Amino acid sequence: MDSLSDARGMDASRQLLAGAGQLAPPVRRIAPEAPPTVVAAPANGNGHTTTLGGLGQKLQRLPREDTTPLERMRTDRLSIAYGPKTAVNEVTLSVRQGEVLALIGPSGCGKTTLLRSLNRLVDLTPTAERGGRILLDGEDVDSFDVTHLRRRVGMLFQQPNPFPMSIFDNVAYGLRERGSKKPSRRALEPAVTEALRRAGLFEEVKDNLEHPALALSGGQQQRLCIARSLAVEPEVLLLDEPCSALDPISTTTIEETIVGLRGEVAIVIVTHNLQQAQRVADHVAFMYLGDLIEYGEVEQVFHAPVAERTREYVSGTFG
Amino acid sequence: MKTRGLKLAQQRDRTDQRAELLLGALASAVLLLIAFMIVFVFAKAWPSFAHNGLAWFGPGGNVNVQLEEIFASPGDPAAYNYTLHAWPLLYATALITGCAVALATIVSMLSAMFVVEFAPAWIASVLQPVIRLLAAVPSVIYGLIGILVLVPFFGNHVISSDQKESVQFVIQLDGSSILVGILVLTVMITPIMVAITVDALRSVPRNWTEGAAALGVNRFRALRTVGLRAARPAIVAAAILATARALGEAIMLSMVAGSVAFAPNPLDGVTFFFEPAKTFASSIVDGAEGLSVEPFGQTMYAFAAVLLISSAFLSFAGWYARRAMRKYTLAPR
Amino acid sequence: MSTHAQTGRPMGLYARLRGGDSWSIGDRLGVAAAWGAGLLLCLIAAAIVLYMLVRGIQYLRLDEIFSHPVAGTDQSKNGGFLDPLEGTLLLTVIGTAIAAPVGVGIAVWLTEYGRPAALARAVESCIEIVAGTPSIVLAIFGLLVFQQGFFGFLSYEATPGVAFGRSFFTAGMVMSLIALPLIVGASREALHSIPRHVREASYALGKDRISTIRRVLLPASRRGIGTGVALGMGRIVGDTAIVVILLGASLQNDPEGSIPGLSLLQGTGSTLTTYVYNNSPVGEGGSPEKAYAAAFVLLLIVIGLNFAVDLITRGRGPSWTR
Repeated sequence: MDSLSDARGMDASRQLLAGAGQLAPPVRRIAPEAPPTVVAAPANGNGHTTTLGGLGQKLQRLPREDTTPLERMRTDRLSIAYGPKTAVNEVTLSVRQGEVLALIGPSGCGKTTLLRSLNRLVDLTPTAERGGRILLDGEDVDSFDVTHLRRRVGMLFQQPNPFPMSIFDNVAYGLRERGSKKPSRRALEPAVTEALRRAGLFEEVKDNLEHPALALSGGQQQRLCIARSLAVEPEVLLLDEPCSALDPISTTTIEETIVGLRGEVAIVIVTHNLQQAQRVADHVAFMYLGDLIEYGEVEQVFHAPVAERTREYVSGTFG
Repeated sequence: MKTRGLKLAQQRDRTDQRAELLLGALASAVLLLIAFMIVFVFAKAWPSFAHNGLAWFGPGGNVNVQLEEIFASPGDPAAYNYTLHAWPLLYATALITGCAVALATIVSMLSAMFVVEFAPAWIASVLQPVIRLLAAVPSVIYGLIGILVLVPFFGNHVISSDQKESVQFVIQLDGSSILVGILVLTVMITPIMVAITVDALRSVPRNWTEGAAALGVNRFRALRTVGLRAARPAIVAAAILATARALGEAIMLSMVAGSVAFAPNPLDGVTFFFEPAKTFASSIVDGAEGLSVEPFGQTMYAFAAVLLISSAFLSFAGWYARRAMRKYTLAPR
Repeated sequence: MSTHAQTGRPMGLYARLRGGDSWSIGDRLGVAAAWGAGLLLCLIAAAIVLYMLVRGIQYLRLDEIFSHPVAGTDQSKNGGFLDPLEGTLLLTVIGTAIAAPVGVGIAVWLTEYGRPAALARAVESCIEIVAGTPSIVLAIFGLLVFQQGFFGFLSYEATPGVAFGRSFFTAGMVMSLIALPLIVGASREALHSIPRHVREASYALGKDRISTIRRVLLPASRRGIGTGVALGMGRIVGDTAIVVILLGASLQNDPEGSIPGLSLLQGTGSTLTTYVYNNSPVGEGGSPEKAYAAAFVLLLIVIGLNFAVDLITRGRGPSWTR
């Protein structure tokens, strides 16, 4: 291979890029004998670091306004078992409005089960048994109708699941399908518009409210599901890995929406992504094999974890 | 020079080719057979349509009398009598089929919701074989029970003598009626619709059912608004299948709905349901012995041609409905 | 606007209406209707089976199964229905014997070959057309065809060029048409469910396609094919329209011609279904007792076939993955 032609090739590409108005990124020399030279990527391209985070690294958190936390939900030594296997073991947690609680931990450790018990969705599984108590605004959740509970505690799923209807019908669904009087479309419009605005979707779909919801992109569908959940004005919002199926730009939009909502709605998010937990959360609960290992403010759990397990998980030793 | 391996390979190729040709010929033979069927039936039926024109479908005169006259035609082909105004048959076929399918759709949707959501486990497991059994019972047994149990019951205990008198100059009411026909036909087509609807409801993605539950919608509402909506393509397909089955039902209706071709009169009020009628299919069965007598036979083939056209129309409707419903499925477009 | 008790936020439209009950009157009625429909189906099925059981036991005498019908206008006194029973069995055998190989062959062609694609699609539509055509239409088409002089050998030929067209042969051949779509459908499903790696393994061993089909795929789809055949037999046993049109209206089996066996097939006769039809008030027999007895036997046969289908599908098939 002729090194001269290589050089000419490199120059040509550099000129091309320079001509396109962009700064040519440093190019790796392709000379077979030369040792490779690696250049570090530019820092702070979009405001978030690309380092792994964890022990000792500075946390990059999304900007947020100040709020006063108010306890909405509380679990009191909650245990859930599927037959002989215990999924959640005597967990006591507090869910507060004004902050985001992130549940982290490796797969299969009970995070999702715990989340799904908060709106009694585990009751849909026949083999599930629940022990301990869950309190919503001081009342035991078993003491009132489960459909009432689910209107006050909304949920977002990992896979966006808009119904096979139009966008408007999707958001209005929760408002229409309770009670015998069907509200007229006029009465619903302001609520639907407000919900779409809070979910950050209104600008994109305001002219297409009658289009089928299934025609939206993945990120838009997930935001539609957020709007749908917000339309019924819940007090608590449960998010089960909402961004794991989405591209980075949608993820960013949704994370910003979540942080913006925390003042009005108590938010619990289950996530596998430690960086996401750092960006979004105020409090973090680390679960391992059904036990609540550590619970605290995000700075403390990531920088100075008390339990050895937490330290290992957060630093990436296992996961 | 061919090696042994190459020779063997060529032999295998030839056997394979022969097999493919043979099987392909078999498949094409069936294709040809059906094409023949359509052509032959229409060819045989053509004179009846040609002689009557569009009035074939219109009202006018008593179909029973007209059919007798056709049967009694003189032997000379030039003097064949084809006069027929088959409106009562058309009306009866549409009425009985339409009512039965409508009733069956409602009952099957409700039963499917019951099986999928509300039935205790033991009832649901009993209902599966029950539905299969109902679907397998031959139509002649339905007809037998109909004519030996339901018809006398209606004739003697339900239809009052006042009602019989009110129409006695036009038609005899003895219990053989469109009501019994519709009821028994509904029972015959419901099982297959229930089976299809249950399958469709069970395969609604869990995402949707959980999503609806998480919004605080009760089980019935969720099933009605999301489940049935997602299952809509299957329900439409089941309805079309049921309509095809109902159109072709000849034996049971000939036993139960009366052997008189009559157009029930809605202005008679409740008595409307007790009046007898004949459909195209049951007319063919009733006229089975006369199939070799020329103008009569051709008239029967004309009935069969109408049935074939309806089946073709139903298939087309099914295809079109499937296309229109694609936005309700998750399949990529 | 009212404010929420705990958050101090104004209560929106939804929160204000929330206080209502989650099950409206319409919902409750709907659930009641669902229960009603489900139980109604159970009741109707139970009624049919019980009624046929009661009447059947009441009227069926064992010797009836084994004695021939006696000619005569009053059927209620004497004679049995051995001939119709024979007729049913005969038609089922003929129909299945024709439909099974043809059906499996078509299914194999559609799944394994299927070229040209337009022809395959046409054949598929054709099978669907046969499935959707009423059996009465297929029956009179069959009559039309078999009345041509060319097919005189299949039935009785009164004058040369015009065949009678009605015989076990002709009825059997049309019966195979109604069983065909069921067999084709079930066989195709069974063949489709065999994963590709099984075929590839066979080809890799040097077998050509037809031996693969014969030795590997067909034995593996035995269960599916068996289901289809049983379903087809069920349909043949229960069909009346074809028999009425294509088998004549005689109560006894009437052999035609001199060669025993073959003459039976060329002659006319009856089956359980037409026996029931003729003995009901619609036909000429006028003896409901015989009709009930025969109907009971028919129902038993159909239930038995259904049970056989259940057994075949319930057995664990071969598992293709470890």
